[in-house]
Amino acid sequence: MARRADCTTSTLITPGPIEMTDSAGPRIPRTLPRFSATFDPHTIAEIQRAAATGIYDIRGSGTKRKLPHFDDLLFLGASVSRYPLEGYRERCGTEVVLGTRFAKKPITLKIPVTIAGMSFGALSGNAKEALGRGASAVGTSTTTGDGGMTEEERGHSQTLVYQVLPSRYGMNLRDLRRADAIEVVVGQGAKPGGGGMLLGQKISPRVAAMRNLPEGIDQRSSCRHPDWTGPDDLEIKILELRELTNWEKPIYVKVGASRPYYDTALAIKAGADVVVLDGMQGGTAATQEVFIEHVGLPILSAIRPAVQALQDLGQHRKVQLIVSGGIRTGADVAKAMALGADAVAIGTAALIALGDNAPEWEEEYQKLGTTAGAYDDWHEGRDPAGITTQDAALAARLDPVKAGRRLANYLSVLTLEAQTIARACGKSHLHNLEPEDLVALTIEAAAMAQVPLAGTDWIPGKNKGE
Amino acid sequence: MSTAVKLSDSTPVVFDLANASLRELNVALQGLDGLGQSAWSILNPRGAHALAVGITAAVSLSIEGHVGYYCAGMNDGASITITGNAGPGVAENMMSGLVHVLGDASQAAGATAHGGLLIIEGNASGRCGISMKGIDIVVKGSVGHMSAFMAQSGNFVILGDAGEALGDCLYEARIFVRGEVASLGADCEEKAMTEEDRIILRNLLKKSGAKAEPAEFKRYGSARRLYHFHVDNAGAY
Repeated sequence: MARRADCTTSTLITPGPIEMTDSAGPRIPRTLPRFSATFDPHTIAEIQRAAATGIYDIRGSGTKRKLPHFDDLLFLGASVSRYPLEGYRERCGTEVVLGTRFAKKPITLKIPVTIAGMSFGALSGNAKEALGRGASAVGTSTTTGDGGMTEEERGHSQTLVYQVLPSRYGMNLRDLRRADAIEVVVGQGAKPGGGGMLLGQKISPRVAAMRNLPEGIDQRSSCRHPDWTGPDDLEIKILELRELTNWEKPIYVKVGASRPYYDTALAIKAGADVVVLDGMQGGTAATQEVFIEHVGLPILSAIRPAVQALQDLGQHRKVQLIVSGGIRTGADVAKAMALGADAVAIGTAALIALGDNAPEWEEEYQKLGTTAGAYDDWHEGRDPAGITTQDAALAARLDPVKAGRRLANYLSVLTLEAQTIARACGKSHLHNLEPEDLVALTIEAAAMAQVPLAGTDWIPGKNKGE
Repeated sequence: MSTAVKLSDSTPVVFDLANASLRELNVALQGLDGLGQSAWSILNPRGAHALAVGITAAVSLSIEGHVGYYCAGMNDGASITITGNAGPGVAENMMSGLVHVLGDASQAAGATAHGGLLIIEGNASGRCGISMKGIDIVVKGSVGHMSAFMAQSGNFVILGDAGEALGDCLYEARIFVRGEVASLGADCEEKAMTEEDRIILRNLLKKSGAKAEPAEFKRYGSARRLYHFHVDNAGAY
């Protein structure tokens, strides 16, 4: 019987030759249509799109390529030589204190999972409010973004980190002083070396007023800070921020994972209280696809060099390290902390918890040419879930109370999962997790995380003489 | 504050940085709201960074000498005179008030500032007025390269010459130049001087004590060709 090859899809499900039926003669096997691994259907479609439009593809979210990640690590758990802790009975601490180096008022969070910086503009006011509600319910922090501080997030965030970005949109003294911490953004994982982007569809009158820009233009944030260049200047900038805020607030320095050892060392040298390290799986509201997919390091490969820098300078656990980029589960949280992080930050996962890409909007995703789970046109402002939009009708779909509750639930699950693993490893606090608790499933992950390949004592790159 | 000395009601409070720390000074200046002190004199700044930042009282302040980075940063209401030269980022992100530099200013003077008036009697280096968001700047000398880069709003008056790439990626700020412009940046173009422009310019010249007439200036602004992405503009980026 002849088998049909479906040339309209990227996957040929049916193996074997095609047999062509000819009433006049025997069946002749034909060669299957074969898609190129180099010019695969996605690549071909992208070439065709580029040729038709003359502009690169812009989208939201983070990298979609397969990367070495926390999935490539496993915890060993307890054994004869390691005592586990009793689940539900023996305490496993989760609190974290950030800003102990210089700040007069360090931040204490109940859980080591924070909400990463995402702007009002990229997100709706209701989404920002929901983030604040959810984070505050479980005792953690949220972060502003490019565009300044809104009343929604200040009002509903018990602990709010105020970002100082190159654009300085909406930056003002009052907001700086009513923040709980300050984050100097040097880069982000989705686009180390790139500036922000907010296309005209989302520059509503309110967004335009906050950013002091004309309505409806395609806004380009600068990639460099306007008044400092390099680590020596950054040290003075941090001094100014401390002087502006009476040395009360922890100062974070956020970098995209690029040169994590040196960036961490230089941030410490510049006087940071906290270093935020964002891997290339970290999301963005709008960036060129080529940038998202081809610049930066996966977070798995960036943590150990950053921790090494902290240790080399005697600052590990004194300058806190927050890592982000692809954190999804409590296992990811635990693995990041076992590698030396003090806390993690989530962005994309938080939006999903709020309702992004929810199946209930499938019909509308289809109209937008996509499907729930794949929607990433966050820059277009047409988000059916009302999260990445400035359209009032769409934004009204998101109930900030309910969405905040979903986020709180999710953050609780992340914490419970991480505690489950930590107890199994015999740890009475998440911070007691350590690299010795981990093995790697692949040589690549073993090399990046600097833990042994499972079942061996081999850490690629270590014991070089062997 | 033992280091701040006020001789009488008619004389300024004198604060000598040779005898006290930057921290003490900024704490004092940031706590002036409602105290009714009208004038301060700061001695021996000796190039200190982050000097007189974040003041919210309508106090007059004279800094007697040269200052380092970010002097008068985020100023919100004070009138601050610097008798010497200013380092990078003077009056950065100023919200309101006046900053008057009697000497020259280094890079990024008035960067991202939202309001107030910055007067520089001498020259300003590169990136003066970068990302300005409503401030008025008057430079009586010349300005360096990339000045008014991504300037969003406000007015920028240059009595001398402007360096390369003036107003690169400009938004809605107005730029007035009396001297020569080495080159214009992407999307910056000369515009006809309107009556509104002349009023703004005349007012700023008067406020800053500059001896010049609006007719001597050319007005530059955004061509608005880069406000939306288009492949035909790729060469301009």
